[in-house]
Amino acid sequence: MNLLIKGGRVIDPSQGIDETMDVLIADGVVLELGQGIVAPEGTQTIDASGLLVTPGLIDMHVHLRDPGLEYKEDIATGSRAAAAGGFTSVACMPNTSPVIDNKAVACYVVNKAQSEALVNVFPIGSITKGSKGDSLAEMGDLKEAGCVAVSDDGKPVCNSELMRRALEYAKGIGITVISHSEDLALVGEGVMNEGFVSTELGLKGIPWAAEDIAVAREVYLAEFAAAPVHIAHISTAGSARIIRNAKARGVKVTCETAPHYFTLTDDAVRGYNTNAKMNPPLRGESDVAAMKAALADGTIDAIATDHAPHHPDEKDVEFNAALNGIVGLETSLPLSLKLVEDGVLDLKGLVSVMSCNPAKILGLDRGTLRVGAVGDVTVIDPAKEWQVEAAKLESKSKNSPFLGWKMKGKAVYTVVKGQVVYQA
Amino acid sequence: MGFRHKDIIALKDLTKEEIELLLDTADNLSEINQRDIKKVPTLRGKTVINLFYEASTRTRTSFEIAAKRLSADAVNITASTSSVVKGETLSDTAANILAMKPDIIVMRHSVSGAHEYLAKRVSCSVINAGDGAHEHPSQGLLDMLTMRQKFGKLAGLKVAIVGDITHSRVARSNIYGLTTMGAQVFLAGPPTMMPPGIERLGNVTVCKDMREAVDQADVVMMLRIQLERQGKTLLPSMREYSRYFGLNPAVLALAKKDAIVMHPGPINRGVELASSVADCDQSAIMKQVENGVAVRMAMLYHVCGGEPVE
Repeated sequence: MNLLIKGGRVIDPSQGIDETMDVLIADGVVLELGQGIVAPEGTQTIDASGLLVTPGLIDMHVHLRDPGLEYKEDIATGSRAAAAGGFTSVACMPNTSPVIDNKAVACYVVNKAQSEALVNVFPIGSITKGSKGDSLAEMGDLKEAGCVAVSDDGKPVCNSELMRRALEYAKGIGITVISHSEDLALVGEGVMNEGFVSTELGLKGIPWAAEDIAVAREVYLAEFAAAPVHIAHISTAGSARIIRNAKARGVKVTCETAPHYFTLTDDAVRGYNTNAKMNPPLRGESDVAAMKAALADGTIDAIATDHAPHHPDEKDVEFNAALNGIVGLETSLPLSLKLVEDGVLDLKGLVSVMSCNPAKILGLDRGTLRVGAVGDVTVIDPAKEWQVEAAKLESKSKNSPFLGWKMKGKAVYTVVKGQVVYQA
Repeated sequence: MGFRHKDIIALKDLTKEEIELLLDTADNLSEINQRDIKKVPTLRGKTVINLFYEASTRTRTSFEIAAKRLSADAVNITASTSSVVKGETLSDTAANILAMKPDIIVMRHSVSGAHEYLAKRVSCSVINAGDGAHEHPSQGLLDMLTMRQKFGKLAGLKVAIVGDITHSRVARSNIYGLTTMGAQVFLAGPPTMMPPGIERLGNVTVCKDMREAVDQADVVMMLRIQLERQGKTLLPSMREYSRYFGLNPAVLALAKKDAIVMHPGPINRGVELASSVADCDQSAIMKQVENGVAVRMAMLYHVCGGEPVE
């Protein structure tokens, strides 16, 4: 089955393309890019005039909760949410039950994704066995089973010696290490950002220094080990500054932030709103501004959602008792398009951080519409207005601080290997 | 004017007029506490449930006595916080209690915001008897009543609040209440116990030295230091704390001559307060406890829709 996407504004930073043209995909692979392509009879055609056509979006940080926590999300529902959000690929974190710390669990995810997922699902294995921070997981096996990175997501590797060895070992086998950077002693019993709002609400605060210190350690370890490291979901001005300086020195550090960190401040916690409880916590105005500046100057390489589904019972409780995290796959694109509207990024920049760069960081042969590449494409209507409604979210969980928000911009076709897997 | 709130969660939510109404009512009701027969039929047939998730003797007893003096039926539930660990959520507990048709739930909970959560889910009134480090409105009101009785007004008073401001719900309720009423609030305490942005809560002044706060103060309010909690990282020792932030006669001498000393209790003698200060003529601590009953009577009365007591 062939697919012709006709007359869209194709934006592909990997080839420096930003022009109106057609994209022809045959047998799951990009066959031709150009003006006025005449497709063979029987080719499915999408009229993309007035729409953006980009390499398939990649979310390098999601939680599919499968295996073990399927009451929150599973591979099928998570992939539907991804497709509805315009993502053709997601990388899923290993904090499942059991943890993805061995080949068997990684293979389970890969196999289940092959039979049930609408989009590409790339598992991330753990850095340490059981994500306990004691000894290295079998990274070679994890990579062989299909893992595209390792991370003890949600938990920092507290032992600096172990983190050093993880970076060295992972470099040897060619797998990306993703760090959840947090100084747990400084976090203490904190449940939100430390600042005026935490003072007013009487909630224990988490200081920005808890993130900055841990990011600085990872930068120094990466520099020392001459190995790359990717920092997950940065949220503070300090993290951005540290990473900017490190990059200038030639340290191989990359990082991501999430839409909520450039959209919301800790003000969203007022009223003890558990849908605004996440880790790292929502920060202050200056941090939000710093996230935008770091996206604008390329310090931040990727936008990832940290899609973290939770059952209503886990959020409908007192603030301290609520679990951290929000769903993000279906709101990421419009919130990120707002960056373009606000002049923070141009469209090429946006596609870089939502597709090309995540592919590069994870070593995926995606994030491009080059002839011969996998036919993963997202077709976006940047003007489409819609409202976030819990009942209409594809994710099994509805824990979003953006419920009721009016959004502008939406994926209208999500194409994986030449197949339309989602149509708005 | 009547009292329009279903619940009393935070003094932050109350206007000057509403605070005045509560204090006036408490003043009037306090007369009942002086009678031989300390009971009026005002809340006869009403059910008050005291739901305490945190240990408390004085606040719980004070609310219980207040309810009984107004002829309400008061029931105490001392819910161990471990029941949460065992699986019953606050929302389930509330649903069970609500099924028994109470009129008012008085709750103390260790989690800030627990009352706001509860109040949204129950049709009866909720009174906050202390939530985490957020607010303790009945304590704030009884403190203000004590000051008003002594000085005849709250506007213009200089009130020093000294101690662990970060973890103090008493401090927050007093800051909101007092600044709403036009008093000036000066805070002092170790820097490890002074939360960020506190000065923005209600135009308060943070002092480096407790002497600055106490100087020419009308009221010196000392906060309780929780020995078990603060020992770990916030303070070098109780000895040092008492030396720099404890109220002794020499520091008290800096305050106005007719200044009063307050403390929400229970006191760590020799830590926050020298015994001689705790028991001196200027100490209003027992008056605070006494006023607690009247203030809580007023709170129960007004959430039940009472009109001002003439």
